Amino acid sequence: MATETPPPDKATEPRPDSENQTGDASGKHGTAGELYGYLAEYDTPGELVEAARKVKDAGFTEFDAYSPFPVHGIDPAMGIKRTILPLLIFGGGFVGATSGILLQWYCNAYSWGWNISGKPTWSIPANIPIAYELTILLAVLTSFFGMWGLNKLPQVWHPLFRSDRFLRVTDDGFFIGIEAKDKRFDVDKTKALLGDAGAIDIEPVYYDPDPAKKAMPKWIMAFIVASTAFALIPFAIAAKARNSHSAEPHVHIFPDMDFQPKFKSDTANDLFADGRSNRGEIPGTVARGWLEEDTTFYLGLTAETGGQWIDGFPASYPDSPSLTPDLRGKPFVVDAKLLKRGQNRFNIYCTPCHGYDGRGQGMVPTRVKEQGGVWLARNLVDKAGPVVFLPNGQLFNTITNGFPPTMMGYGAQIPAADRWAIVAYVRALERSQIASNEDQAGQR
Amino acid sequence: MSAAEVTADHADINEPGKARETFRAVTRDVSWIAESPKPHKLWLVALTLAVLLFGIGIWSIYCVVMRGIGVWGNSNTVCWAWDITNFVWWIGIGHAGTLISAVLYLTRQQWRVSINRSAEAMTIFAVMAAGIFPLLHTGRPWFAWWMLPLPNDMGSMWPQFRSPLMWDVFAVSTYLTTSLLFWYMGMVPDLATFRDRNAGKGNNVKALIYGMLSLGWRGSARQWHRYERAYLILAGLATPLVFSVHSVVSFDFATSQLPGWHTTIFPPYFVAGAIFSGFAMVLTLLLPLRYLFNLQHIIKQAHIHAMCKIMLATGMMVGLAYASEFFIAWYSGNPFESFTFISRAFGPFWWAYFAMVSCNVLIPQFFWSNWVKNNNVLIWVLCIFINIGMWFERFVIIATSLARSFLPSAWSYYHPTRYDVGVFVGTIGMFLMFFLLFFRFAPVVAISEVKGASDGAHASGKKGAH
Repeated sequence: MATETPPPDKATEPRPDSENQTGDASGKHGTAGELYGYLAEYDTPGELVEAARKVKDAGFTEFDAYSPFPVHGIDPAMGIKRTILPLLIFGGGFVGATSGILLQWYCNAYSWGWNISGKPTWSIPANIPIAYELTILLAVLTSFFGMWGLNKLPQVWHPLFRSDRFLRVTDDGFFIGIEAKDKRFDVDKTKALLGDAGAIDIEPVYYDPDPAKKAMPKWIMAFIVASTAFALIPFAIAAKARNSHSAEPHVHIFPDMDFQPKFKSDTANDLFADGRSNRGEIPGTVARGWLEEDTTFYLGLTAETGGQWIDGFPASYPDSPSLTPDLRGKPFVVDAKLLKRGQNRFNIYCTPCHGYDGRGQGMVPTRVKEQGGVWLARNLVDKAGPVVFLPNGQLFNTITNGFPPTMMGYGAQIPAADRWAIVAYVRALERSQIASNEDQAGQR
Repeated sequence: MSAAEVTADHADINEPGKARETFRAVTRDVSWIAESPKPHKLWLVALTLAVLLFGIGIWSIYCVVMRGIGVWGNSNTVCWAWDITNFVWWIGIGHAGTLISAVLYLTRQQWRVSINRSAEAMTIFAVMAAGIFPLLHTGRPWFAWWMLPLPNDMGSMWPQFRSPLMWDVFAVSTYLTTSLLFWYMGMVPDLATFRDRNAGKGNNVKALIYGMLSLGWRGSARQWHRYERAYLILAGLATPLVFSVHSVVSFDFATSQLPGWHTTIFPPYFVAGAIFSGFAMVLTLLLPLRYLFNLQHIIKQAHIHAMCKIMLATGMMVGLAYASEFFIAWYSGNPFESFTFISRAFGPFWWAYFAMVSCNVLIPQFFWSNWVKNNNVLIWVLCIFINIGMWFERFVIIATSLARSFLPSAWSYYHPTRYDVGVFVGTIGMFLMFFLLFFRFAPVVAISEVKGASDGAHASGKKGAH
């Protein structure tokens, strides 16, 4: 495929270098106004630097050099002071770092601390990345807008743009412009100075006679004012909304999560005869795995109707899916494993009141006593009873349903198998503390 | 007379008018692309194709937003899937632009001036393409403003600033802002060139548009002084930024507990990969356009050589990272880590792993040869392979680790749906469309910087001696 080559270029054809245009007062924009200054063109960057040095040495201050690219060495030649821009940028970066830290501290540590696995709400290392990015962001914004601000740009008008020759400043032109407002400016002497410095062309530049063209065009100003006013409208609405009361509900732009097609529990509902959205259990049914027909295992009673509390333990575990697989349908064995399990559960659920030794001196009664109150917890190992005399079935039932008014039932928290393990452990506790000589005889 | 012939003519440069002729040639050789009344036919073909792809993307995004991200194939444990793969891939591509414009500027690599403008443009369009993916991945992109710390009526519901995902939000948006401002600031003197050329020809509408964009730039020495200061400082700020952005992206992975992600090697490994893929994309775009628009004497073969060398170096860094990962998986004695890496190379995604290694480690080895570095068609093909390989690298990291995490019950495989493909293809279309439009209407080479780096620009003596 053929490549395209640049066509002949009329816009940048070399123009005759003449010094005869100096008297040409009218630029491309017609009549001339007040004199802005003189504009001299030089052939090379090197000559531009030399000329700029001569102009500076002649004492001028209101002058500038213009070039298509930054010419190195022209800053000292013109006596340009170092810009304060780096200081501004440092300030911007500093504000970015501080505001980055403060923002995160306010949001995550002060206004609403996040408790995540008990970690501290404020931990600097995890807050560094955002502070770092904000430091760079604010420094970048300062360098960009600061540079244009110090350069007094954007500026849509300038007398130099009235010169046709000046169009080439962004192409191949190297210029020096001396402004008429400089104290040392003198039409003839200044022109001579520029010429002596090696100018290939010198021309006067005039302001536009129309004062309206020395300022931002009206339509741009109108656009800026209108768009600023327009941009303030949302803020005005927000400010009004924050300072007024309304009986109307919120505007829900995306209502799908706020209003879901479902009924919440414990609410009124016309759909059902009883007027409730909760649906209770259907009479005569039971959930899978919850049919507790083994009265010995689940209630601690002997099997026949109107049964008594059992003295020993159930013969076996029921084959129910509510039990762990290793127990289902297995014979009930009182062994060290069962007692360990019972101890573990007892220490979790029973010790707060009954104490580790079962004497009813747990943390709750102790603490209540310290505070001057009374909290009675049964001594489970009292030789005088009544707990030691309770059949195992009744002890099991007490764990399940509680002993009003102080002890609540633990049937909901502790599965039946674990309750039997606790019964076994309580029996072991009793034996360990009130054992008779006969009991010990067998141990020897 | 082309700029190449002029600059080759060193003896003449001291004659009156000769230096200016060089500068004129640079201006003309760059600005004719935007000035030619009819666009190049191949450019039109490429643009049509890009717009078509972009259309597919818009349709896919419409479906994803209206029906939810369940239309993607990530409704299993491989939940990051193509979406985050594409995000990381695009962000990585974006890194070459800032690297060329900032890091090579600070290290005074003069050759950067011919490619920095287009590389910066590429960065911006790549970051725009990248931003689409996490936005869609939230599932409810219209709530994206929840990521900003705005006062709200839901209690004090602030963003969790200690989450790497929030770091991402700040890093990527800072990066986009900085790249955009850096790019635009560098372009202002060249937009002024366009303004003045159009004004000289009497194209008042174009002159007005370029005039507004160039902010009234006059090229005064006092303006250049502050401009150069700002440019240097921006380069100094963009350099730590570019290294931080892909490090932060890698934190999304590295701070998690997943084997294959939870490693400290990720930040440097990701940054090297980003530079690698970015240069591959720069060459993918510039090699054909340089040929079509006759920019060979500005984007010289030597510059392409330099980019090939950078790809060779970063490609080997990436290869070293692949090897280190395997070494650490063995050396750590962590069975989960070892399992992940064995399944990465020999598991269900073995084909992606070998595509990655061959494209990223083996393909760049061709750049040892000068013959390859002079064969632009071959370079272009190799760069396409590198682009593909770097996409696979991200896919391998994301898909293999998620598909084989701790629990075998969570193991799964990933199949993309047409919406995965559609959104990805759409971002490629958008990227190419913006880049082609940029190439037609903006100064594609930093005219003032090329002039400043040319022979006649040095003011050390009279008559442009150097």
